[in-house]
Formats: sequence, C-alpha cells, structure tokens
Amino acid sequence: MKESKRAFPLADVLPGLPDQHWASFVLPLAVVLGLALFPFITGKDVHRETMFTVLRAIVMAVSLNIILGYTGYVSFGHVVFYGLGGYVGFYLVSEKGMSLWVALLAGGLAAGLLAWVIGAGILRLRGAYFALVTIGVNEAVRALIQNLDIFGGPLGLEMNFSVYKAYGGPQAMLQMTYNILVGLAVIAVLLSYAVRTSKFGLGLLAIREDEDAAEVMGIIAPKAKTWAYVLSAILPGMVGALFFFRNGSIEPHEAFPLHISIEAIVMVMLGGYGTVLGPILGAAGYQVMRAFLITNRYLKNIQLTVSGVLLLLIVLFIPAGLIGWLRRRIPASRRILL
Amino acid sequence: MMESVISFLISVTPFLIDGLLLGFVFGVAAMGLTLIWGVMDVINLAHGPIISLAMFGVYLLTVTLGWGNPYIALIVVAALALPIGMGIYYIAVNRVIDAPHLSSLLATYSVNMMLMGVMNAVFGGAPRNIEYSLGTIQIGESITIPTARLVAAVAAAGIATALYFFLYRTRIGRYIRAVTDNRDAAELVGVPSTRILALSFGIGTLLAAFAGGLIATIFPFTIFEGSKYELKSFVIGVLGGLGNPIGSLFGGLILGVIEGLVPMFLETSWTPVIEFTLFVLILLVRPTGLFGGKS
Repeated sequence: MKESKRAFPLADVLPGLPDQHWASFVLPLAVVLGLALFPFITGKDVHRETMFTVLRAIVMAVSLNIILGYTGYVSFGHVVFYGLGGYVGFYLVSEKGMSLWVALLAGGLAAGLLAWVIGAGILRLRGAYFALVTIGVNEAVRALIQNLDIFGGPLGLEMNFSVYKAYGGPQAMLQMTYNILVGLAVIAVLLSYAVRTSKFGLGLLAIREDEDAAEVMGIIAPKAKTWAYVLSAILPGMVGALFFFRNGSIEPHEAFPLHISIEAIVMVMLGGYGTVLGPILGAAGYQVMRAFLITNRYLKNIQLTVSGVLLLLIVLFIPAGLIGWLRRRIPASRRILL
Repeated sequence: MMESVISFLISVTPFLIDGLLLGFVFGVAAMGLTLIWGVMDVINLAHGPIISLAMFGVYLLTVTLGWGNPYIALIVVAALALPIGMGIYYIAVNRVIDAPHLSSLLATYSVNMMLMGVMNAVFGGAPRNIEYSLGTIQIGESITIPTARLVAAVAAAGIATALYFFLYRTRIGRYIRAVTDNRDAAELVGVPSTRILALSFGIGTLLAAFAGGLIATIFPFTIFEGSKYELKSFVIGVLGGLGNPIGSLFGGLILGVIEGLVPMFLETSWTPVIEFTLFVLILLVRPTGLFGGKS
C-alpha cells in the first residue's frame, strides 16, 4: 500500500496539506460547477432534468465516500437516509404545510439522527457484517414506513399541486429545486474536501487501513466512525427531501430501493474511493454511461448486463478507480488529484 | 380455560404446518448463501438472481419445452447450477477472494446485474406460473396441505441431509470444512484450496437453484422473486449462524414459523418489520447467530 505510507509524512504538515497543489481543491469544485452550469448555458429544460439526476448522484456518491472511502465501512443500505429524509420532508410540506426549507433541514436532521442513533451500535460490526446490517436497517425502515398510516402506508403520499404556488408555480419550482441541488452538491464537495484534509479525516483513513492500530495511536474509533457516518447521512437526507418534494409523490418502493445505494457504491468505485474528485467523476461517468446505454437501440434491453460487465472489469482490474489508478501510475499527479 | 387453549392450538396448527413446510425450502435457499459465506467469507449478492434463474429454468423445461413434470426439470436445473456456480467463481470471485469485502461484494453484485439484465431481456417482468397440481392432503377436519408443499419440504429436507453427509462423511466434504476452518493450513496439508472454493461456490449455487425450483412449484414468480428470497436468506443465515449451513435449516424453520404465525396476530405487512428488526438485533447482539457460526 503505497498510499498508506504516504499518509504519514502528510501527518506532519496538517492541517491544510501544504504539499497539495491548490488545484486539488479547485478541480473538484470546478467539475461540479461546470456540470451544474451546463443547463444554464444551453437553456434547455431537458438538460436541466438530466443534470438534476447527475448532481443527485454526485451528492449521494460524495457523501457515501465519507463512510465508505475514507473510513472503509461498506454501507450497503445508504439509501435509507435518502428515503427517510424524503419521507420526513414530504410529510412536513404536504401534510403540515411547512416550507421547503424546513423540510430540507428536517430531512437532513432526521437522516443524521438515524445515523447517530444506529451508528454507535452497528459500526461495531466490521467488514461484511456491517454491510449486511445496513441492508437490514434499510429493509426494516422501509417495512416499518409501509405500515405507518401517517406516511400513507404502502401507497405513500401525494402532494397537492397548489403547494407549488408558493414557489411560483411548477415551472419556477423545478428551476428553484435545481438551484438548491447545485448548492447541496457544492456543500457536499466542500465537506468531503474538509474531511479529507483534516486531522479528523486522517483518523478515518487510519481506521480504514487498520482500526486496531489506529486505536493504539490514540484515535477514538467509535466516536470518529459515528461522526463520519452522521456526516455521510445528512446530505442524502436533504437530497431525499428535495427530490420527493419535486417529484410530487413518495412511496416506500421508490424511497428505499436497495439498488440506488449499490449504484452509489459503484460510482465511488469507478472514480476512486477515498478521494475527493473520484466519486464526482464516478457519479457523472456512471450517469452518462447509463444514459447512453438506455438510449442505445441495441443495448437498452441488456443495459444492466453491460453495466455489470463493466463493474466486474473495474473491480477485478482497476480496484482503485480512475483517480486511484492515476495517482498510483503518475506520482506527480498526486499533488493535484486528491 | 382448557377448551380455549385447545381451540387456539387447533386454529394455530394449520398456520404452523404451512410455515414449517415453507421453512424447509427457505432453509435450503439460505444454506446456499451461508455455505459460500462460511467457506470463503464472500456474501454472494448474485444469490437472488440465481434463484430466479432456476425458477425460469424449471418453467422453460416444464412449460415451454413441454416436459410436463417440474420435478424432473428441477433435477436438471440443479445439476446445471453446479458448473454455472463454479464458472461464476472462476470468472468473478477468484481474483478478489483475498481482497477487502467491498471487492467481493461488488464482484458478486456485478454477476447479479448481468443475470438480471439477461433475464429482463429474455423473460421481461411478467409473472409466470407452473400449473402442475398434485392435489391436497387432508389431515383431520381442519388441516389441508397442498401436496406440492409437502413434496417441496421433503425434497428440501432430503437435500439438506445429503449436504450434511457430504460435508461430514466424504473426503471432499472434509476438504471443504478444512478450507472453512483455515485455508492456509488446509493448503499446507495438500488440499487444493482454489478448486475446493470453486466447488463450494458451485454447491452453494446448486442449493439456491434447488430452492428456487421448489418455490416455482408452489408460487407464481417473476424475475424479481429471487431478490426477496435473497433478503430472506440473509435473515435466515444470521438466525442460524452465518457460515453454518445446517444452522440455516433451523433458521429457515424459525422464519417459516414467524411467517406462518404473524398473520394470525398482526397484518401480514408487519412480518418484514419483525423479520428485519430481528435480523439487525441478532447481528448486533450475537453476530455468530443463534446456533453458532463462524466468528
């Protein structure tokens, strides 16, 4: 592990990692903003809708990367935070008449709270046991919500369209929610960068490499892991609240699909787990590839198979992902690609 | 008092029997998953699609090719599953067997995606049903058992017994248990560990396919049906002890009883809440399962 050796010289120069080029901070932001601005330049609603999906994937992947990439805990049921945030936010707007802003905060809070409450317990489990328990949590929450009448049971909830009037009608609402998502994506990138370059983040990396050794070095692993988990849960919760507000309806089936979490893992792996830029490129690349496959006449029926083959090739041959691979191959790039 | 207890027992019995019979089949599905986990520390996320694939395999042979008898088809499908499973092992798992769990999880999930993509293109999402009635068996006045379920339970118990004898009474079974305990040590005393791993993956796949085929004789199914049983298998595996295939049979029976009895007291939709809460709690409190497994 070349990188883990490299992490120690970095420890002397914290915080701020001065041997990093400023581009390592600007590049991830520039990629996200470039993608976000694209629909403004073309001015087409279609592009805005496409980019909404891409940015949503970016927030999910970048957030997941904090627990998965930095800390090394495979959260397979991460979509639970997205779904829970979605339900809490949707309920507040549509049933209680509160504003979108309250819903966003509440969605993030609910997700963070869930992560905090269960984190202390489930983060004791390592490896595949942790992965399994997160699947269990997702299924348990989904099944529970299916039985709660205030959330509409198995049918879910529908938004009364008059709610959108307060936001200037459905058209203006679509633009506004897009702008909010851009904001959330920028926050996600800043958060990811801040964690990666902080002493806290170094602790997480140490836990990932060898948890027992990290504890011997004085890192309070349970606390650090729980906070990493909470940080990785909040933004997915907010995006859930935002997406289902925009969507106009929510149902258990749509809010907690396991494959969304797995896709997020794939994005993180594609770009390079444990890096700041990787999950962003991975998310964007994955969405572009999917869009290509779905619209391709010959490939659309076996779209999933093609994605599967690609995933397998990456897992088998480039497990470090694009950025990890570049960093390994071209040492000079490490100053720029973080 | 006595009478009400007796009448309660009488009303419970059919649900209990129903649940227990299905429990055997659930147990065999989970045995496939937990055998693989025990031997090589890999959670096979392709488990669900393999179950679905077996269902459609039995359907193809029985209905499309007109064999008529699903039980013969089941044996053929199970026999095919063994080399398919070994193929999956060599293609997707072998290279990541010593990598962190994330790699093997994603590798098997990529197989899941491939199988789902192919099944989606070939069969689509429409439900299928194998119409092959064996009639029912009447016990007393209140208990009626569809014969197909009884046959499925007996077949499941049979294959579980066969697995037990294979693992504990044959040389290759002993190799598998040796690799489960300590692969390096097994390699040192001359066990061809890679081939044993591949064989174990094949047997795990065979068990999943066998269970899938049995379920296809009882219930209608879609290509997504297997994923449900994959989740059930996780729960069962944890109940019985991950890595303990025989424990899975008991785990399956417990789950079957839960699924049989819960609808008597609560709405059916609460069953998954209870199952998955139990699953999370057992993982937290006793990750080796109720009957002990690999620590």
